[in-house]
Amino acid sequence: MLLSGEFSLDHGLVLGLGIASVILVVLIAVRMDVVDHEGHPIQLTYRFIGYWLWLLVEIVKSSLDVTRRIWSPSLPISPTMYILKAGQPGELGQVIYANSITLTPGTVTVRLDGGDILVHAIAREVGDALAAGEMDRRVARLEASGIKVVERAK
Amino acid sequence: MIEMLLDGLSWALLMGGCFFILTGGVGLLRLPGVYARMHAAGILDTLGAGLFLGGLMVQGGLSMVTAKLVLILVFILFTSPTATYALANALYGAGVRPVGRDGRQCETIDKRGKSSKP
Repeated sequence: MLLSGEFSLDHGLVLGLGIASVILVVLIAVRMDVVDHEGHPIQLTYRFIGYWLWLLVEIVKSSLDVTRRIWSPSLPISPTMYILKAGQPGELGQVIYANSITLTPGTVTVRLDGGDILVHAIAREVGDALAAGEMDRRVARLEASGIKVVERAK
Repeated sequence: MIEMLLDGLSWALLMGGCFFILTGGVGLLRLPGVYARMHAAGILDTLGAGLFLGGLMVQGGLSMVTAKLVLILVFILFTSPTATYALANALYGAGVRPVGRDGRQCETIDKRGKSSKP
């Protein structure tokens, strides 16, 4: 409906069947006990907004940094691999951390196994800034707050 | 008046997006090795796509077009790091190691900050 731009409620049969099948699928999923908190972490949404804003600023800053490196005639880069410790106990937090690293230009997650993250950085300064661990701590706090919400909901 | 301001904002965003897309292209050509080139691609799909789609959204106003553009941006932001990670992981698994400016394998720094050169 959103993509077609048709907002009318005339198609009662189609809408009704759609709603009925959604309810049916949810009922079956609950009965099969396959609904988990990792499917869509909606309980994190509220805390996510603050993190996303911070990440957005970081993305812009590092994009400008990489842009400067690309355009400067001497090409001031020093590619380096980093093995970092992910400070998040859960898988969800580690995935958020790894994705945030990749989303920030200048650093790419190459491998994530256990609690260790292998990162490729475009320059030593960029990698050292990441190794200082501010993003790591922020994601850990985000995950910790999400877990608390889940526990309270139970 | 408002119309003109919106048009100006939209053009500024579009030109900014164009600049970063161009930067990504130049980076792809200039940087050494496939891992470093991924960083240039990172600029393309964050600031490049973000500003460009932002400019188009201002042109579209509050309409269906803007809703679809927002969806496109969200999908890009969710899928591009996943695709980049899949690419990097596959490369690493295949034995491709990142190189420095001299074309030789670059150094690795471990958790204690110790550097090892291959």
